[in-house]
Amino acid sequence: MDFAFLWETLVSLITAVPLTLQLAAAAVVLGAVLALFLALMRLSGIWILSSIARAYVFVFRGSPLLVQIFLIYYGLGQFPAVRYSILWPILREPYWCAILALTLCNAAYASEIIRGGLLSVPFGQIEAARACGMSRLTLFRRIVLPLAIRQALPAYGNEIISMVKSTSLASIITLMEITGVAAKIMSETYRWFEILTLAGAMYLTINFALTRIVKLIEYRLSPHLRDPRALISNQPLVIAGENG
Amino acid sequence: MKYIGFFELVGFGPQGWGYMLAAAAGITIAIAVSGFLIGSLIGIFGAWAKISGGRAVRTFAEGYTTVLRGIPDLLVIYLFYFGGSSLLSTIGKLFGSNGFVNFPGFLAGALAIGIASGAQQTEVFRGAFSAVHRGEIEAAMACGMGQYLRFRRIIAPLTMRHALPGLGNVWQVALKGSALVSVTGVVELLRQSQLGAGATGLPFSFFIAALVIYLIISTFSNWTFQIAETRFSRGVRRA
Repeated sequence: MDFAFLWETLVSLITAVPLTLQLAAAAVVLGAVLALFLALMRLSGIWILSSIARAYVFVFRGSPLLVQIFLIYYGLGQFPAVRYSILWPILREPYWCAILALTLCNAAYASEIIRGGLLSVPFGQIEAARACGMSRLTLFRRIVLPLAIRQALPAYGNEIISMVKSTSLASIITLMEITGVAAKIMSETYRWFEILTLAGAMYLTINFALTRIVKLIEYRLSPHLRDPRALISNQPLVIAGENG
Repeated sequence: MKYIGFFELVGFGPQGWGYMLAAAAGITIAIAVSGFLIGSLIGIFGAWAKISGGRAVRTFAEGYTTVLRGIPDLLVIYLFYFGGSSLLSTIGKLFGSNGFVNFPGFLAGALAIGIASGAQQTEVFRGAFSAVHRGEIEAAMACGMGQYLRFRRIIAPLTMRHALPGLGNVWQVALKGSALVSVTGVVELLRQSQLGAGATGLPFSFFIAALVIYLIISTFSNWTFQIAETRFSRGVRRA
């Protein structure tokens, strides 16, 4: 075992972790916003909006992410209109192209998850909120969205993990995230086994941490599923209505 | 270069790339299907290991699915491609050849997709088996069926019924994962589009064509899975 080499590889791979996390975080956050809009379009009941959302999801879920990345990174340059537009400085950069492609793809998957969550909100809850006199926006913000998030969270957690895995494709358009660095060291040293093991371990660590975080949020969001006696024994008895 | 229209470019005319794209699409399907079948084999044994294996076997299966579902497919493809190549090079050295022997990209890709898909299919089959009603298995026992007959007549078809929707998803993942095999140089659909884009300087046209072909393949396979689902759900009462 060549520990000096292992250590050196580990250090260079760790310096690549921030880029991987940046790509994943940007794609998940921006994708979530777009996904919410897509899900609302899909559920709006307006034919044209729901067909656009449906077509979007079909295209982005039905084709490989790598094709989408190439389409944006290499493809858009084919049009002079794009090359001379003010967006070109952004669309020329592999970094922004990767974020754009990951976001668009993530939004398609996430919108289906959010749609499922929104559909799962029981009608009685909405009716009750209406009976309390909530406006549509308040109703959405206070009742529908929190319940939908609680329902969609486990699936959403899986989607976040699959996004972290997908960031590895950015290495193909020259970005030096974990896989990119690993591929570079491999082509220099041919010591594929150690390098791939370390890189894999890094992804596993990130994904394990993410699973824990999602589990924790899930736990925090579902006090109603826990044994009430456990709650009471830990804290002073709360009089009903005080915080509800 | 003379300007030619999109349909002329990707069509089957004298200047078109249609035949090459179609052949490449065939390679894509071949990689995805072989990967998926390898995955099914692994998945069946993996589920068996998880359901009725001993402690060591269970731990191994658990470790396999956890690792393979937590790392990017691209790393698995690199693992097989570089690992296979260095193995072949070592064997080559024994026979006196010097230098790097390339592992066949198709095989590396199919194995990588198979191993990754196997982890997902293990979970699909395990979940499907646990959805089979205990009573059905008990009834089969009560009829005096042996273990093998029981598996063939009762457990396998019922597990398949519950597994098919999940298998459809896993197939889509394998199909899309086959695009990554282009990094090993196999001329499948994406690689062929890259070559076309390089030769003509029209990347958008080629990648859009590839995207459409992928959509067509995935739509067709969706239908196939739906037909299979109907077939395996004969006798299910629907409200």
